[in-house]
Amino acid sequence: MPTFTCPLPLPTRERILLAHGGGGRLTNQLLEEIFLPAFANTALEARHDGALLSVGGARLAMTTDSYVVQPLVFPGGTIGDLAVNGTVNDLAMCGARPMALSAGFILEEGLAMDTLRQVVFSMRDAAMMAHVPIVTGDTKVVDKGKGDGIFINTSGIGVVVAPGPIGPQSVRAGDVVLVSGDLGAHGIAILSVREGLQFEGPMLSDTACLWPAVEALLSAGIEIHCLRDLTRGGLSSALNEIASAAGLHIMVQEALIPVSAVVRGACELLGLDPLYVANEGRFAVFIAEKDADRALTILRAQSVSAGAVQVGMVHERKSDRSSGIVTLRSRIGGHRVLDMMSGEQLPRIC
Amino acid sequence: MRYLDEYRDYDSVQRMAQEIRRVSNRPWTLMEVCGGQTHTIVKSGLQELLPASITLVHGPGCPVCVTPISMIDRAVATALLPEVILCSFGDMLRVPGSTQSLLDAKSLGADVRIVYSPLDALKLARSNPQREVVFFAVGFETTAPANAMTVWQACREKLSNLSMLVSHVLVPPAMEAVLSSPQCQVQGFLAAGHACMVTGYEEYFSISRRFRVPIVVTGFEPLDLLEGVLMLVRQLEHGCAEVANQYTRAVAREGNRAAQERVSEVFEVTDRAWRGIGEIAGSGLRLRETYRSFDAEAKFDLQLEDPTESPECIAGLVLQGLRRPYDCPAFGTRCTPDAPLGAPMVSSEGACAAYFHFGRSKDDADLYMPVAAANP
Repeated sequence: MPTFTCPLPLPTRERILLAHGGGGRLTNQLLEEIFLPAFANTALEARHDGALLSVGGARLAMTTDSYVVQPLVFPGGTIGDLAVNGTVNDLAMCGARPMALSAGFILEEGLAMDTLRQVVFSMRDAAMMAHVPIVTGDTKVVDKGKGDGIFINTSGIGVVVAPGPIGPQSVRAGDVVLVSGDLGAHGIAILSVREGLQFEGPMLSDTACLWPAVEALLSAGIEIHCLRDLTRGGLSSALNEIASAAGLHIMVQEALIPVSAVVRGACELLGLDPLYVANEGRFAVFIAEKDADRALTILRAQSVSAGAVQVGMVHERKSDRSSGIVTLRSRIGGHRVLDMMSGEQLPRIC
Repeated sequence: MRYLDEYRDYDSVQRMAQEIRRVSNRPWTLMEVCGGQTHTIVKSGLQELLPASITLVHGPGCPVCVTPISMIDRAVATALLPEVILCSFGDMLRVPGSTQSLLDAKSLGADVRIVYSPLDALKLARSNPQREVVFFAVGFETTAPANAMTVWQACREKLSNLSMLVSHVLVPPAMEAVLSSPQCQVQGFLAAGHACMVTGYEEYFSISRRFRVPIVVTGFEPLDLLEGVLMLVRQLEHGCAEVANQYTRAVAREGNRAAQERVSEVFEVTDRAWRGIGEIAGSGLRLRETYRSFDAEAKFDLQLEDPTESPECIAGLVLQGLRRPYDCPAFGTRCTPDAPLGAPMVSSEGACAAYFHFGRSKDDADLYMPVAAANP
């Protein structure tokens, strides 16, 4: 037999890879090694979807997000819908009523005016639906080839209406994990256009404003422990961030996690895992088990969260050795760790 | 969903697992050959359902893992040529070469594109006549027909700007290599169903006879794998060593003749180096002389430095089922999917990555998957 050796090259991480923006492990590394040390302050270090600020006695939430999606127009929405809903949702995940948005556009020379109109009109409509005005903005144009049609940045401020703190620090063993609907539709809708895939049924992005669902829970007096929208990195990455920040064990049941047949089929074909696929109108909520039934009834009465279900529970860690962890009970009754996404999700060979 | 749900059904799976527990009396070490099977086993927590006496070891059937480092270096160097569009299946992109992966090359400006089929490369070549389109043709017998078809089609269309970097490997010689090792512990094989869909399984009869080892052609869903295990254990408990087919819904004994003909028209068998394992005679495919103008290696005559590999990682032993990923001192610390030291940490089919994603660390596995961890 030949001798056995194995490759051991030095890891090269002196350049930005696409995966640094993927919402997984490398994004976290970037935050921890570059941004957090540089900008250190308490609001930032909470690492929530938005920063919580006390201004003149008012509790405000502030957030910002940039949108670079291709294609600019996709089944079920445009980059404009995402730019409004994404930022509004980040505020909602802080338990904050969205009050105002800013919009910054980076346009590429040569962009069709009709495309810009379509995107801007979809922003207008999304903002109207969310009852939040776009109150300030900025426009820059870059040379052809230096942009990708349109990049949009939106920032938002909101007033925190949740009575208690919402975040991983409020999650307790015994809490239940609810998700607001079926997963993966946005990511697969985008991919279907990029890859030219055709499905039997319509495959539309789930982009939507989540505030009505959050508001309904808050006005019913449900004590929300944590909220997280399931964007980049999907359900797995969101749960891992929360488990790790809370130092707890989250266990989900594969059989309970809602994924539509179309998304499942597409993921099977493409070698993707729907638990890592991006959503733009879905969120997870952590509440005490005693509130679960009532919360589900309330969520199901809102169109944006009509498909809400319980998918798992929070437990104590089994040892001090293990940090926060997420495990999954598979459909066939086995168990595995549900890890944070590494790099980008790359399609498998066969 | 048809062809999926019935093979992941809780009750059927539990019944099959119970039958395996009933018939197994002695300890057995079985190898699932294909990385796709490893993926299912770890993802579904299937080992937990087996009796502790049955050990599954993970085979060399992960194309990403076994593509030699010299070939990765060549792909990176080719991708960095300004006229080249390099097309590859997605999970090859993160595989570390001597100094760089294709993703690193992409961040340096190389035009590297993920495709789902070699026919996408054909389309790219047609629509970019001024560019050189190179397809990185890796994989086992499963991916060979589509790659052969692409070259055949390009030849018919006289497309001169398409070429392939061929690093095809063949399953049976690798199984023989595993069995020939003096340290071999494998007592039965779950053979790779998808490769057999193309090749059939005639070739396995002589391997089974010569090495006195049972071989069961097996599918990729949890119920397939359990049925494959059951078929192996029944044989082993009765002292038999025969070839059997669990994956009858996809695999015929003679395979897919049309696909085989296209493959042998375009490719011929050659010796091939396997990453982490070394050169295995007659274990690869290369383009035949008639199609040599489509060979990217010849077309871009790049002089590359000798590849540098370090002896620290134990991927070669993992790929032969002699060690488990947890046995590696670098596992999960110096070697993770974000900074992979060896190729099996890259693809979700690679044994190390599968363990890392779905078991993360030995400690976590002991704590949260106690039954699985009880199996050495």
